[in-house]
Amino acid sequence: MQPTSHAFKENAHQALGNANLQKALGLMRAGFPAKRLATIARLPEFEALREEGKAIKDHVLENLDFYLETFERNVVARGGKVHWCRTPQEAREAVLGICRALDAKTVTKGKSMIAEEIALNDYLEANAITPVETDLGEYIIQIRKEYPSHIIAPAIHLVKEQVAESFRETHKELDPGRVLTEAPTLVAEARTVLREKFLAADIGITGANFCIAETGSSIIVTNEGNGDLTQTLTKAHIVLASLEKIVPTLEDVSTILRLLARSATGQEFSTYTTVSTGPRRAEDTDGPAEYHVVFLDNGRSAMLGTEFQDMLRCIRCGACMNHCPVYATVGGHAYGWVYPGPMGAVLTPTLVGVAEAGHLPNASTFCGRCESVCPMKIPLPRMMRHWREREFERKLSPANYRAGLAAWAFLARRPALYHWAVSIATRVLGVAGRRRGRFRSLPLAGGWTAGRDMPAPEGQSFQSLWAERRRSGKAA
Amino acid sequence: MSETPARVGLFVTCLVDLFRPSVGFAAVKLLEDAGCTVEVPALQTCCGQPAYNSGDKADTKAIARQVIDAFENFDYVVVPSGSCGGMIKEHYPELFADEPAMFQRVQHLAKRTYELVSFLTDVRGIAQVDARYSGTVTYHDACSGLRELGVKQQPRKLLKTVSGLALKELPGAEICCGFGGTFCIKYPEISDKMVTDKAADIVATGADTLLAGDMGCLLNMAGKLARLGKTVRVRHVAEILAGVAENTPPIGAPEDAR
Repeated sequence: MQPTSHAFKENAHQALGNANLQKALGLMRAGFPAKRLATIARLPEFEALREEGKAIKDHVLENLDFYLETFERNVVARGGKVHWCRTPQEAREAVLGICRALDAKTVTKGKSMIAEEIALNDYLEANAITPVETDLGEYIIQIRKEYPSHIIAPAIHLVKEQVAESFRETHKELDPGRVLTEAPTLVAEARTVLREKFLAADIGITGANFCIAETGSSIIVTNEGNGDLTQTLTKAHIVLASLEKIVPTLEDVSTILRLLARSATGQEFSTYTTVSTGPRRAEDTDGPAEYHVVFLDNGRSAMLGTEFQDMLRCIRCGACMNHCPVYATVGGHAYGWVYPGPMGAVLTPTLVGVAEAGHLPNASTFCGRCESVCPMKIPLPRMMRHWREREFERKLSPANYRAGLAAWAFLARRPALYHWAVSIATRVLGVAGRRRGRFRSLPLAGGWTAGRDMPAPEGQSFQSLWAERRRSGKAA
Repeated sequence: MSETPARVGLFVTCLVDLFRPSVGFAAVKLLEDAGCTVEVPALQTCCGQPAYNSGDKADTKAIARQVIDAFENFDYVVVPSGSCGGMIKEHYPELFADEPAMFQRVQHLAKRTYELVSFLTDVRGIAQVDARYSGTVTYHDACSGLRELGVKQQPRKLLKTVSGLALKELPGAEICCGFGGTFCIKYPEISDKMVTDKAADIVATGADTLLAGDMGCLLNMAGKLARLGKTVRVRHVAEILAGVAENTPPIGAPEDAR
């Protein structure tokens, strides 16, 4: 997809006026954080687990080449194949190659953010292969021709009335008089429609929450079980993963799994945790005949050894966006590309460039809530600040903002001049605002005063009053 | 309370200096009552956050050097703001990580720097204040104080000792109000929606007074409540703890309001 991150402000403006979106965001704001808090309160070792999880991932990132090669060796030993792809185009071609070799017409898909990152559906369709999303949220946005607004809840921007409307438009073969007012009815309808597609599909594509080096296995966690059907019923299972998904052992995965669902949805564990190791063996009753892992780099290896390396610890739980006050206000689509919220604000500039995505690391109040809930303790605000530094160095921020900042810094570096300027400003504003105590509008503060008043200064600066107090001998 | 005298340098903060000197004098009173002698170095302007959060490292470092020069000889540096306090305590050391000589000086300073209310309780051992305030107050936890400096129970502990005051907790007290320093300048529309939600939460508590420990958040919330025509009185927590609320109208209120 074409990013619209450069239009973040306009996107956000639209989002603020979208009543359905605002209703959906209100539900999210009330839901995820409280559930997470309740679950971790029952796990006294949660903080210690965060440290353990972080240490595992840091170790992997220091030895990434070793674990990737170990993983490949073990995949091959079990009859599977690994495809190394530097770019989205290489990854798309690898998937298409596998589909062509098996003469596939339809592929079912479990939820995969890498598939979104490489815009796989559009590419498959252009090559006469029909992709069918089987995760409910992904299915909903696929039929609506949208893209995910959240990394674990792709359709969280919608209310159920919108879903019902889309189902009526798409499932024309069903009784038009059916009642679709409740969520369970919608789930049941999707399940029925999708069952047919599972049975008809040639190839199943899933993402991977983890790739385990010691066994050559991939793991997905889901709540719907759609991933299991996707990968076991078809001729081939294609796993899409990015390099940093690697974890050394099953033991390590079990540590991180204890963090993942609790941070994501507030569940202790997802309903399904599925481990896939190689293709179907002779003694297996089911499973795919081929097992492929398509590994995407897309700029990630270039993050190693930079101030952005910590970002590669991300396990895509979504806790940062669930707790972000800016995300909760504008929703995920405003961010203009695949990854929204705080993790997107750090990752998107890496993947599409800071010139396109420069707004994202700026659109944060640095409230720090994302870092405080991140199970991998990723210093998200600090990395957003690193992006701002790069932007500043490259003079990418707006000229008027830079000029204002330079004028302020000129004064702030000259205390005597600064105090003189402040004492004048306080007097002028103090006199003008004294009666009402606030301003309804102020020059240069139109953004602020469009929706709020500006409280008036008291009339004299602290420094001038303090100097007076000392002159009159009252100082302690 | 600690009996040891202490020489405190007050970092006033640019917003208190410009908008609300009363908060600075309330801080001086609280510190003197806690047995400290207070000085206010004239070489201070701002902690440098506007530059730091805009990616302008050179100006940030120049301003940080000024602060270090002005404050390094005090026993403590006390700041009536978790945001500016967090900047000095948490971020100054990061700025000079590559300059060993400066790093040592900045660590020395960071170790002695405290947010006002937590300094009173945690360092000076103050358990109660001698103040009166009649009203039901609610308290917003400003983000930096809460997450960078762990300021949460300290203001509540002291507020409970103010006679006549009832504390009603604010649901979502730990959610950002939308000020965010440069954020409210760069994204005023989003900032405004965030403070609209915050104002609704504040009004829903039924409290007649809103308190917080950071001027930026207070200006934002007071400005929104005023625009909405709400009569909630907004003040810095230091004004209440020092018992000086009757000397000045609430933030953003007309001069005859008290």
